Amino acid sequence: MKTKFRLKPRAEQKVVRFFLYFLTSVAILVLVFILVVILKNGLPQLSLEFLTKNPAHMGKEGGIFSTIVATIYLTFIALLVATPLGVGTAIYLTEYTFEGKVTRIIRFGAECLAGIPSIIFGLFGFILFVTKLKFGWSILSGGLTLAFMVLPTIIRTSEEAIKSVPAAYRLVSYSLGSTRWQTVTRVVLPSAAPGIVTGVILSIGRSIGETAAVIFTAGSALRLPSSIFSSARTMSVHFYILAREGISMSKAYGTAAVLVIAILLINIVTYYLMSKYISRTSPE
Amino acid sequence: MIRPKPNDRLIRLSLLTVALTAITVLAVITIFIFEQGLPVMVKYGLKNFLFGQDWYPSEKSFGLLPMIVGSLLVTLGALLIGVPLGLASAIFLTEFSSRRLSRLLKPVFELLAGIPSVVYGFLGLMFLVPFIRENLGGPGLSVLAASIILGIMILPTIISISIDSIRAVPDSYREGSIALGATKWQTVRMVVLPAARSGLVAGIILGMGRAIGETMAVIMVAGNAADLPASWLAPVRTLTSNIALEMAYASGEHRQALFATGVVLFVIIMILNFLANLAARKQSGR
Repeated sequence: MKTKFRLKPRAEQKVVRFFLYFLTSVAILVLVFILVVILKNGLPQLSLEFLTKNPAHMGKEGGIFSTIVATIYLTFIALLVATPLGVGTAIYLTEYTFEGKVTRIIRFGAECLAGIPSIIFGLFGFILFVTKLKFGWSILSGGLTLAFMVLPTIIRTSEEAIKSVPAAYRLVSYSLGSTRWQTVTRVVLPSAAPGIVTGVILSIGRSIGETAAVIFTAGSALRLPSSIFSSARTMSVHFYILAREGISMSKAYGTAAVLVIAILLINIVTYYLMSKYISRTSPE
Repeated sequence: MIRPKPNDRLIRLSLLTVALTAITVLAVITIFIFEQGLPVMVKYGLKNFLFGQDWYPSEKSFGLLPMIVGSLLVTLGALLIGVPLGLASAIFLTEFSSRRLSRLLKPVFELLAGIPSVVYGFLGLMFLVPFIRENLGGPGLSVLAASIILGIMILPTIISISIDSIRAVPDSYREGSIALGATKWQTVRMVVLPAARSGLVAGIILGMGRAIGETMAVIMVAGNAADLPASWLAPVRTLTSNIALEMAYASGEHRQALFATGVVLFVIIMILNFLANLAARKQSGR
């Protein structure tokens, strides 16, 4: 024995188990605290009026309707662009090529992109879309910036989903005389669909919650956006401005509650889809 | 094997084009950030940028040292809080809890990952900052507040990657150890954790990347003074906050200096990505 005072293994295990239990409880309590505080302070603010009226007096009065619309627009554009790009990349990586230099480069690009902070995406979107392409602060600039931000998530989840389609499906399809493209579109993609949808839903959640990349590309105009070239303020940006500039804490709590409830719903749907999907594709 | 038809080749080519988007975007981001940031760095000297202590954009003094130190300090603080909590939770959920409990709790932690960063920042501002101000002194907006908020925010990343790498350790390792008379904890400490080490390290590095890159939550609780912080209770400004706080009104060389801040941040993140990749590859290689 190296040290003089040493617990017996069983006693040590008891101590450790207690510590692990304690630390895990701390982590869980933090989450519960966050949810409880936001919902307790935010839910009383919610009403039909809050959801359907535009903000007035910089957000001090009124609701958050225009910011909900902006969030939906922006998320929609982001996913409209990112989904085909991401799924296409995944199809190429899994069905149309062999592992080699090219796939390594593509994977490297996706992995690095996943690690880049959102503020850098904001700078990039600002230079490319807002100034160089002259889209200005707009829903389009914000949506495209978000699209590139969520692209790695969609690539990764789609790739996993496509990989988990059993090889036998493909063999049967080929043996019936289908081309590779027919096999991909009629056999592989339909069976991989739930997994792909999971990735898309996760990306929706990320787009809704994003602030730093959006504020420099979509701007923060409060009026209802009239086209994809209008500047607009998403819920997260609105929440950030309300809280940081101390405009209205009660409206901030209300907006946070809407955000958190949206994210909760998205997570529950994703989890449901994923567990259904896993039970369907597991071997037994 | 199916003989490729002409149209198959066309499809392959278009899919390849699509697949190259990610790496293209990465290249474009790199070029833009460096194109905007480098000239001003070269003009005023790299050394002045990295080691200068004074950030007075109106007087063309662009010392980033306080922000670099700020970013590193809050990240270190975040790791001190996030790593023990995260590893403990991961070990508990994989090795010591019942299957049912771990199945119930894993989605709970995944939920934590989905909560927008501004919400963390807001709660930090409402509860943590006043608590620190009243009980520990100082303005409350501080290195400590930012560290705690970031530590909580990186928990889900660390937990989920740690769980995956602990689960990837073959059961035969555990059985061998138990058969030799080791307790569960001895097995975990001497067999499971060493075998999962590379994956755990990758998770921690990714969490670190998330902490360094976080912006809005940090702005709300860190106080943002562009000075070297004197203590854990002093306000601090990070690289990310420096960009976000001044981007709205900056122009000319000031704006370029913010892009230069982006260059520094970008290089740090790339090094971390590289290290995480290396660690992850080591585990899958074994």
